[in-house]
Amino acid sequence: MSLVGARVVRKEDPSLVTGRGCFVDDMHPDGTAFMMFVGSPTAHGTITAIDISEALAMPGVLGVWTAHDFLEYPDLPQGAENFERPLLARDKVRWLGEPVAIVAAEDRFIAADAVATIVVEFDSLSVVTDVLEAVAPDAPLLFEHHGSNVITAVPTNDDLERELEKADHRAHLDLRNQRCAASPIEAMAVVADWAPSGLTMWATVQAPHHLRNQLATWLDISQAECRMVAPDVGGGFGSKIVWYPELFAAPLISKWLGRPVKAAQTRSEAMLQMAHGRDQVHSLDVGFRNDGTITALRMVVTQNLGAYPDPTGLGLPVLTTWMAAGCYRIPKVSVSYRTVVTNTNPVAAYRGAGRPEAAYSVERLVDLVARRTGIDPVEVRQKNFIPPGAFPYEVPHQEAVVYDSGDFGKALELCVDLLDYESIKQRRDRQRADPAAPLLGIGFSSWLEIGGFGPNGSLEGFGHLGSWESAQVRIQPDGSALVFVGASPHGQGHETTYSQIASDVLGIPMDNIRVVHGDTEAVLQGVGTMGSRGVTTAGVAVHNVSNLVVERAKKIAAHLLEANPLDIEVGDNAFNVRGTPGRSVAWTDVAWASYQPLALPEELTAGALEERLYQEAPNFTYPSGCYACVVEVDRQTGEINIVKYVVVDDCGTVINPLLAEGQVHGGVAQGIAQALFEEVSFDESGSNVTSSFLSYLVPSATELPDFVAGRASTVCPNNALGAKGIGESGSVGAPPAVVNAVVDALAGSGVDHLDMPLTPESIWQVLRKDSK
Amino acid sequence: MSRHEVQVTVNGRNRTAEVDARLLLVFLLREELRLTGTHVGCDTSNCGACTVLLDGEAVKSCTVLAVQADECDITTIEGVQGPFGGLSAVQEGFRQEHGLQCGYCTPGMIMAATDLLRREPDPTPQQIRQNLKGNLCRCTGYEMIVRSVRWAAENSTQ
Repeated sequence: MSLVGARVVRKEDPSLVTGRGCFVDDMHPDGTAFMMFVGSPTAHGTITAIDISEALAMPGVLGVWTAHDFLEYPDLPQGAENFERPLLARDKVRWLGEPVAIVAAEDRFIAADAVATIVVEFDSLSVVTDVLEAVAPDAPLLFEHHGSNVITAVPTNDDLERELEKADHRAHLDLRNQRCAASPIEAMAVVADWAPSGLTMWATVQAPHHLRNQLATWLDISQAECRMVAPDVGGGFGSKIVWYPELFAAPLISKWLGRPVKAAQTRSEAMLQMAHGRDQVHSLDVGFRNDGTITALRMVVTQNLGAYPDPTGLGLPVLTTWMAAGCYRIPKVSVSYRTVVTNTNPVAAYRGAGRPEAAYSVERLVDLVARRTGIDPVEVRQKNFIPPGAFPYEVPHQEAVVYDSGDFGKALELCVDLLDYESIKQRRDRQRADPAAPLLGIGFSSWLEIGGFGPNGSLEGFGHLGSWESAQVRIQPDGSALVFVGASPHGQGHETTYSQIASDVLGIPMDNIRVVHGDTEAVLQGVGTMGSRGVTTAGVAVHNVSNLVVERAKKIAAHLLEANPLDIEVGDNAFNVRGTPGRSVAWTDVAWASYQPLALPEELTAGALEERLYQEAPNFTYPSGCYACVVEVDRQTGEINIVKYVVVDDCGTVINPLLAEGQVHGGVAQGIAQALFEEVSFDESGSNVTSSFLSYLVPSATELPDFVAGRASTVCPNNALGAKGIGESGSVGAPPAVVNAVVDALAGSGVDHLDMPLTPESIWQVLRKDSK
Repeated sequence: MSRHEVQVTVNGRNRTAEVDARLLLVFLLREELRLTGTHVGCDTSNCGACTVLLDGEAVKSCTVLAVQADECDITTIEGVQGPFGGLSAVQEGFRQEHGLQCGYCTPGMIMAATDLLRREPDPTPQQIRQNLKGNLCRCTGYEMIVRSVRWAAENSTQ
C-alpha cells in the first residue's frame, strides 16, 4: 500500500504533546548569560547621547554595548546598497523599537531592569509611517542622502489607458492590504556559544544553512567552525527568515563574555522588533465588456518597506505584480510598483508574501465587474477563467510566470455545490427583505498562487545560496534509513511527510526511517522552508534520492539472490524476485551486505547505499482553488459572523491529507484574521499602538468557523510527485472571500469597497450612513 | 528584592526553591525546576501557552506569582499521562486529529482541554471553543483542536 496519500498521524507529536519538545528558550547551557536590546524610544530622531552608567553599575550586569562597539563589523547582510540596516542604530533611529544598545546580565530579569535604566537622548525628527504620505514631496526623509523615500521603482511600459478607454466599461479601485504581524507564538530566540572549538548557535529560524552562510561571512570565520541548529521552531510564517540583529550580536557577546549567551524576546519586544508583512497600497483599473469579459487590467503597487529595505521585502511587490491577473485570461495587463521606506518595522515575507495581495486585488475587481454588469460573480469568474486546455499558460505581462496546470472552473463548481449556492442566495434575499434579520452576504475567491520556490535564480534573487533543496539517504547496517533534508520545518510535519515519501520508494517501514534536519553539521547544505516548497522541492528531492538508493540496493539483492537486477522488486521491507514467490531477501540483509565488500557485486563498494541530491526545479508551481464565505452582518452593531466557509484546494498530489488539511485550515485562519481582525497600527508619533496580544487581535477559537472542505486535483507536470505545495494557499485565498461576502451583505448601502480589517465599527459607520 | 522560600508539589514531587518576590510561577517551573514543557508566548496573559493545573484547575502560570503557589499542587504537561501508550486521551486526541503543528501552544492547550474534560466530560464543539478561547494557536485554525478534544471525550476511559 502506498503511504503517499495516506492519512498518517505525525511522528513529531509524541514529543510535542508531552512537553519533551525542545525550543530555543528551553535550552540553558551552564553559565548562560541573557542579552536584551534597548529599543529606540522615538520613531525618528538623531541620537545625541546614550547614558549607560547606571546599568553598568548594577549587580549582575555583565556589559552594555552600543553601535560604536561594533564599528569593525559590517551592517546586517543583504540590505539594499546605501540603505543597509546597522546592527544597532548609529546616530539616527528610524523606527520606534529599533535596537540602539545591548545589555547582557546574569539573567533576563536583571537584563530587563538594566534596560529600563538606560537613557537614550535624541533630537526628534518628523515621522512618517503611512506609505502614501512618505511619497509626498514634503515628506520627512529616512535617508537624507537619497533625497526620496522611494527605494526602487519599476514603471510600466504601457499604462493601458487606451485599452481601458475603449472598453465598454471601466472601473477603478483604491485599496490597502494592511500591515500584519506574523505572530508565531514562539517569538525570536537564540542561544550562541562561541567556544575555542568553534561557534554553535541554536536559533528559531526557518533557514539555518542560509543564516550560517551569512553569519560566518559577517563574523569573518569559516563556515566549517560555525554550526547552526534550528531545534523545534514554534511557528515562523515567513518572519523567521529575516536577519535580526540578535542573530549576529549574540555570538559576539558570547565571545566577549566567554560564556553562552541567550536572547529571547517578550511578545511586546517581538511586536516592536520582528518584521511585519503585507502593507501595500494598490491603485487598480479594469476594463470590461457588457458581458463581463475583462479586457484590460492595470495594477500600481506601492510597497511599504518599513525603515530599512529587507531583501524579501523588496521582492514582495515583484510577486504581487507577477500574479496580478490571477486565474483569469486577461489579454492586456499593466503592472508597476515602487518600494518606499517609512518609520516603521521593516517589512518582509509573511505567509503568502506578495501573492495574498495580488489575489485580494484581482478578486475584489472581479466582484466589482459583476456588480457593475449585474452578472452573477460566479458567472463572471467562469467567463474569464483560463480554460483547462490552455496550460502551460504564459501570462501576458511577465515571461517568468508560466502557469503549470489547473482547472479553475471545476474548483469553482465544486465550491458552489458545497456551498449550496442557490439556496443560500434565496436566504440572502429573504434576510435582506426582513429588517429583523441580519444582512447576509456571499463571497467567492478563485485564487491562484506561486509555490514550489523555485527555478534556478529565483531564491538567489532573495539572497539565498540556491533555489534547489538537498536530500541525502543513508541506509544503516540494520536496514533502517536516515534521511537528511536541507529544508527545516516550523510545524509543517517534515519528519512525517518525508518518511512517507521515502518509505514508498525504499520499501522500508516508516517507523524505520528517521528524518534529520535543521543542523548544519549533520545536513549537507540547505535552503529552507518557505514559499510552499517543502514537498515540491525538498519532498521531490527525498523521492528522487531514495530512487537512486533503491536501484543500487536492487543490485545487491540480485547479487545475494543470484538473480537479474531487472527482476528485483521492492516491497514489504524486502527484495523479491518478480514472478518467483518465496525468492526474496530482507532489507536488513541487503543493508548489512552493503557494508561488506566480500558480499557486494564487483561494481559496488562498502557504504554503497548512501546517496545525495541537490534537487532543482524547472518551474514554480501554481497551487489554486476556490473559497466561499457566507457572512451575517448585524444591522445594529456591525458585527460580522461567518456562517459558512467552504475551502476547495488544488495542490496537485496530496502526500498526507491530514497534514494538508491542517495547512489549509491554518492558512485560511490567518487570512480570515487579516480580513476581520488584525492590523498593525501606528499613531502620529510613530508609536505602535498594537504592540501586544491585547491590541493586536490574533483570533481565538471562538472567532473562527468550522470549514467545509473539498478538493480539486490537477497534477503538477513538473516534478516527480505531481505536487504543487499547500503551505500558503489559505492565507492567499481567504481574505477576498470574506471581504467580498461582507461587501455583498452591504450591497444595499451602495458601498463598493471597504478596507481590511472589517471591524464592526467600520461596518457600523456604513450602516449608520445608510440609515440616515 | 525580598527572597522567599516556596514549597510546591509538582507532578507529584515535593520541590523547594528560594525565589524573588516578583518571580512568576511560569519562570519557577521553567528556570528553577527546569520543566520547560510549559511555554511562554506573550507578556499580557493572552496566549495561554503557560497553562498548568494549580490545585487541579487550569491557570495561566504567568498570572500567578511563584510565592502565591506556595504549598500548592501543580501539574504541568510533563505530569500528564494516560493509557494510550503512556499518553492521556487528550494528548492522544491531539495526535490522532492533528491538533498541533509547531507544538508551541500545545502544552497549554492540552492542560486547558484536560481541565475542561474534568469539568465537562462530553463538551459540544461550541463549549470546547468557549473554554479554549484563552489559548491562542497560530497554526491550526482551531477546528482540528476542537476535533482533538472531541476525540478525547469519546475515547476517555473514565
